[in-house]
Amino acid sequence: MPARTHAPTEASLPRTATAGTGPDGPGRKPAPAHRSLSATTIAIRVALLGAVAAVVVWLVPVLVAQERWIGLAGLLLGAAALGAVYSTSRLVPAKYLLPGTLFLLALIIYPIIATLQLSFTNFGDGKRGTKEEAIASIIGSSVEQLPDSPVYALSVGTQGSTTDGPFTFFLVDAESGEVSRGDAEGLVDVPADEVEVAKGRVVEADGYTILTPREVNAAGPVVQEFTVPTENGAIRAQGVARAFEGRTALQYDEAADRIIDTRTGESYGIGLVGDSEFFVKEDGAPAFSQSWLQGVGTANYERIFTNDVIIKDFLRIFAWTLAFAALSVGLAFGLGLALAVILNDSRIRGQRLYRSLLILPYAVPAVIAILVWSSFYNRDFGLINETLGMRLDWFGDPWLAKAAILLTGTWMGYPYMFIVCTGALQSVPSELREAAVMDGARPFTAFRKIILPLLMVPVAPLLVASFAFNFNNFNLIALLTEGGPFTADNPYAGGTDILISYTYRLAFGGAGAQFGFAAAVSVLLFILTAVIAAGQFRATRALEDVN
Amino acid sequence: MTTSSKLLRTLALTACLGLSVTACGSNGAQPAQNEPSSSSTSTPSESETGAPERAGADLVIWADDLRAKALKGVAEEFGEANGITVAVQAVSEDLQTNFVTANTAGNGPDVVVGAHDWIGNMVQNSAIDPLNLPEAQQAEFSDIALKGVTFDSKTYGVPYAVESIALFRNTDLVPDAPATVEDLVASGKASGAENPLCLQQGQEGDAYHMYPLYSSAGGYLFGQTPEGDYDPTDLGVGGPGSIAAAEKEAWLAKEGALKTSITGDNSISLFAEGKCAYLVSGPWATADVKKAGINYALSPIPGFAGMEPAQPLTGVQAFYVASKGKNKAFAEQFLLDAAATPETMDALYEAEPRPSALKDALAKQTAADADTAVFAQAAEGGQILPAIPAMAGVWEPLGKAHAAIINGADPAQTMTSAGDAIRAAIG
Repeated sequence: MPARTHAPTEASLPRTATAGTGPDGPGRKPAPAHRSLSATTIAIRVALLGAVAAVVVWLVPVLVAQERWIGLAGLLLGAAALGAVYSTSRLVPAKYLLPGTLFLLALIIYPIIATLQLSFTNFGDGKRGTKEEAIASIIGSSVEQLPDSPVYALSVGTQGSTTDGPFTFFLVDAESGEVSRGDAEGLVDVPADEVEVAKGRVVEADGYTILTPREVNAAGPVVQEFTVPTENGAIRAQGVARAFEGRTALQYDEAADRIIDTRTGESYGIGLVGDSEFFVKEDGAPAFSQSWLQGVGTANYERIFTNDVIIKDFLRIFAWTLAFAALSVGLAFGLGLALAVILNDSRIRGQRLYRSLLILPYAVPAVIAILVWSSFYNRDFGLINETLGMRLDWFGDPWLAKAAILLTGTWMGYPYMFIVCTGALQSVPSELREAAVMDGARPFTAFRKIILPLLMVPVAPLLVASFAFNFNNFNLIALLTEGGPFTADNPYAGGTDILISYTYRLAFGGAGAQFGFAAAVSVLLFILTAVIAAGQFRATRALEDVN
Repeated sequence: MTTSSKLLRTLALTACLGLSVTACGSNGAQPAQNEPSSSSTSTPSESETGAPERAGADLVIWADDLRAKALKGVAEEFGEANGITVAVQAVSEDLQTNFVTANTAGNGPDVVVGAHDWIGNMVQNSAIDPLNLPEAQQAEFSDIALKGVTFDSKTYGVPYAVESIALFRNTDLVPDAPATVEDLVASGKASGAENPLCLQQGQEGDAYHMYPLYSSAGGYLFGQTPEGDYDPTDLGVGGPGSIAAAEKEAWLAKEGALKTSITGDNSISLFAEGKCAYLVSGPWATADVKKAGINYALSPIPGFAGMEPAQPLTGVQAFYVASKGKNKAFAEQFLLDAAATPETMDALYEAEPRPSALKDALAKQTAADADTAVFAQAAEGGQILPAIPAMAGVWEPLGKAHAAIINGADPAQTMTSAGDAIRAAIG
């Protein structure tokens, strides 16, 4: 599991002996005078630049239609940079740097900025849309059918355009069969000889074009918002073929920014509930559950640093997170290295078979593996207790649960370490070990003093990366123990919770999803992980002196 | 080693260049500023895999896998009758979240099919619109089904099924239905089965499956306003009824009738293997139990002796009109004309035997199938599952309190702190 998802290999293997055949493949030699491009290279370059152009042509209209100007600017700048750099034979360093830089911007910098932006808002359940949308939803939802009012079969007619109207409703009372015609002026009876009725609906009317269901649907909001005023309310369409008489109970007074209930005369103004604005009653409680997306300044960060529940458990969980990440990497690396060393001995028969079998756990999808393991740990019916003849409450005891996490984590992580160590071991010249042995070193000393330091040069950065990965290994915790076991008095912080699973529960376990708060937590976790990783890379730099 | 690494590096470099092109493309295509999707936060990636691209049709319906399959025929018929194309798309994971997100972004479906307890969250996110069901049509639905889709005194959907849980018993082990929980424990233990009762809890607990017992001892989730809506300020967890229930749970655990090792993953299979005398579960368990070929019978879940009758939580499955669907008129038409028909009910009932919401269809089903009759009765007499958004803050703490009590924690103290934790979460 560790490091399965990221690719530090690329950056960390120090011996970057050869460059590949990119568009710039042969341009590796520093002297441009000798440059002679092969046909293949030119073809590849043209194809890739053509692909860039194609993507631009495809995306620009989409982005313009969605009015995403920043995205559009980013796309054009990126494409221009790619075009400029790869169409000349100069700018050789840029040829190497540009793809990585674009990746960095698109996949790392942009998400960080977006997360940072998000962390200063209240975005979450009930706070997703704009204020206008919330008001429209509140008002729209307040339409109620008048009691004992008839249900009408609706046909929409027009004397103008079928998409913009003006529209006229032809209504057939479902019970009496009476036909009436309604427009913005009101409702009038229609003599039977002016219309043709079939199957209870008006299908033709003198002087009007009757819309097909598809046209009614296509006219969308224009028809939906069209109302025929009546004595007590208004007739409005529901679906493509029905209408009812209803009344809007609420109205929005834009000047005063208040919502007024026309039945009771009550009115609701804007008030702050928690961090967000709502329409509130007089006592300050929200009158409606809809709120909207707002900037809340540093409120999300303040909440993290002032919340008793968070402060109380933070240190304990942080300590376990560090221990978990270090132990998972340590155990997986230890096992992987030991197996790699053992199988590196040429006296072993069936080396290949062993190696293939040992990396099997790597081939099982992580989610499935974790779920299978979680059933192994069941106290009464699990494989482990049945095999051992014990009744260990694996997920009920905090220490056993931690052991279970580490056991499964090691099982999932060692194949990766095994592969890496096998590769690295094979690149250590065997003469070095032989020389050490000749000089009188015992095999273990030779390993410890000669092989291991050489091995650590390529492997150490991978260990750092694995550590950072496990630091945020949400899947393992969430699928295996769900952070449990929990003590009776605290359902928010469990015995195996790491920071990410804990904060996930805080952000999404309470009152629905709170993305703004989650983003604030992510930013802090990002800073924490970055600081730790920076420290580790500084420490591993010492290893590179070996070379 | 070196040749292969050269090859790998070549491949990687090529892939990098190719990807860098798509990367700047996807950068541009992503929501530019204030439309953050869950992908920009630290949420796990699973939550964003389930949503399909909205199909290009005149009416688009999103449902879970099982329902999507069952609805294909109904949808086609509706399409033919109106001369339009209808697409039914299956969303296998997190349908509600995916729907709300897609709808906010303006590329969601026109109709969504789901449980009624989503309504509170969907309404606060302005994701669905209320529907005015004509009174004549309302009268065709069972009361409990209508109650489920009514939120803030407004109808938000067209119900198609109700669901609840009941007591399965292995008639080879325990021939007669128990009258009280005490009977159940005694006969279950006397039967010689490995487990007297399989009631799924797991280490995290399961407040839904525990609710019948919890309610029998006087526990409740939220009190109700005079209009019949749930009141988020009146929390029942931590109150005297819930503590009485907690003490009963502790007793059941001591008797071996409640175990945290019985989970949602193994409870049905344990019963099907004959290792449980009783099983508390819903219509979704029937297929597995029947397939196992054991002799079983269903009865309502009994209450504790001398206490209230046990009330399960009743869920209602329904169709909703998306607020930002591109074809709202067709969506409303579909709900009014096609969703509430006996044919639709039958198709969905065949996919999974949950009692239908239409009275006529239900009468036919209960006459034909004794199991459905028991589930329908349980749903009818059940407590409607609260749909208010505050409910999201209840499940976890209450479930964990149940699990902790089964594992031996002090009942009163555990339930009280669960109540405190919930109050803190829902504010």
